[in-house]
Amino acid sequence: MAKITFTTHDNQTFDVEGEDGATVMETAIKNAVPGIEAECGGACACATCHVYVADAWMEKVGNPEPMEEDMLDFAYDVRPTSRLSCQIRISAELDGLAVTVPERQG
Amino acid sequence: MTTPIETDVVIIGAGPVGLFAVFELGLWDLKCHVIDILDKVGGQCAELYPEKPIYDIPGFATVTGQGLVENLMEQIAPFGAQFHLNQMVSKLEKKSDERFLIETDAGSRFLCHTVFIAAGGGSFQPKRPPIPGIETFENKSVFYSVRRMEDFRDHDIVIVGGGDSALDWTLSLQPIAKSLTLIHRRDAFRGAQDSVNKMRALVDAGHMNLKIGQVTELIGSDGHLDMATVKTAEGNEDVTCTRLLPFFGLTMKLGPVADWGLNLNENLIPVDTEKFQTSQPGVYAIGDINTYPGKLKLILSGFHEAALAAHAAKKAANPDERVVFQYTTSSSSLQKKLGII
Ligand SMILES: Cc1cc2nc3c(=O)[nH]c(=O)nc-3n(C[C@H](O)[C@H](O)[C@H](O)COP(=O)(O)OP(=O)(O)OC[C@H]3O[C@@H](n4cnc5c(N)ncnc54)[C@H](O)[C@@H]3O)c2cc1C
Ligand code: FES
Repeated sequence: MAKITFTTHDNQTFDVEGEDGATVMETAIKNAVPGIEAECGGACACATCHVYVADAWMEKVGNPEPMEEDMLDFAYDVRPTSRLSCQIRISAELDGLAVTVPERQG
Repeated sequence: MTTPIETDVVIIGAGPVGLFAVFELGLWDLKCHVIDILDKVGGQCAELYPEKPIYDIPGFATVTGQGLVENLMEQIAPFGAQFHLNQMVSKLEKKSDERFLIETDAGSRFLCHTVFIAAGGGSFQPKRPPIPGIETFENKSVFYSVRRMEDFRDHDIVIVGGGDSALDWTLSLQPIAKSLTLIHRRDAFRGAQDSVNKMRALVDAGHMNLKIGQVTELIGSDGHLDMATVKTAEGNEDVTCTRLLPFFGLTMKLGPVADWGLNLNENLIPVDTEKFQTSQPGVYAIGDINTYPGKLKLILSGFHEAALAAHAAKKAANPDERVVFQYTTSSSSLQKKLGII
């Protein structure tokens, strides 16, 4: 289990528990966090699960794989901390993870 | 106008469900033409997740999206369906002789007794990039494909994207452009290496510009673009731009299905669960595009729907013939159709 904090673009925060092995996207959907659409259900095929990872967590979360980088090309307002949340798998290592949801998904 | 192709059935959509319908209709001797807007068959499986494994196709512990499509193509090969790709069905109309006239945006026309709509989540269409107000410039200064190169001659062209479409059009349009700028959010490209090398050579020779960043704003009036604002690592920069070509991949939009006079329910086509027929007799809807109580958007459900709809279509097409149910395992007449004996 890991605690994850989602902050929406209008500064609402959602503190939720994510199961080990699940993805950050799945955790957001399960807890109805607004702003994560995940149209393709986690196939890295839609770029509508875009989040910004808090600076302090960048190293632990790691860099996107090439397939995710390609998909990020289609996201809105991509920044150096951008990730597709369906490609971040939760482990105890990520307990406390903080991410921000962009203003819109594409 | 071209003379219409006459056939038994036109299948709209070459996704897994449309493909399997060729098989089920073929067993009943109904000949099919299949139309899809994509340049390949396979619908979502081929376009969205060709390499992902699917685990719930009966009889396959695992098969990839593309693998399933290839198996389906092998399975339906004996029936010689004809495919019309890169075309969107724009019109479906009932004629006075009880047949249906179907037209595509590429000018193909078909006359058929039965229509199978297997349009899935709708037709794949180019994604609109998230730039505020872009829709006001569409089809005047902003285009998602190049129909006529001449429309781009002597223009200040900006192309956005990092895949093959963006690179190919950069190379093709650069010689006729007044200026050409390619914009991509990172200095790495998904397209073919050879095209990347050619593009970089043009940049080095000063024949075009490459900017690493994102377009954030479009400046112009009455649909005519003058400038595009690009956000780069160094800050904002305005690039002269009278033609913008964004290549941001594809998304599914219901499209013309909505204009065919069929009852719709939240962008889906309601059908009965005996024949999977729409509000228009002779027009059936199967796969992700239909809805009925208990509907699940699964490939296996679409296959079931194809089998039942094909049976219903056969009965409707030959009301006086006795339609005998048979198994492929044991029926010599079905095996002949499959080319096994
Ligand atoms: C990432 C992902 C994973 C999935 N995993 C599974 C899974 O594990 N198991 C499962 O059962 N299902 C899965 N699905 C769902 C499955 O892919 C769909 O149920 C299936 O593709 C539906 O098939 P279809 O033939 O009805 O439609 P589609 O595959 O959507 O094909 C419809 C085709 O019709 C074309 N079309 C539409 N309108 C027109 C028009 N007017 N003119 C011309 N062409 C047109 C479209 O371009 C498209 O190619 C998954 C889907 C996604 C996105
Ligand atoms: S859910 Fe589609 S890319 Fe993440």
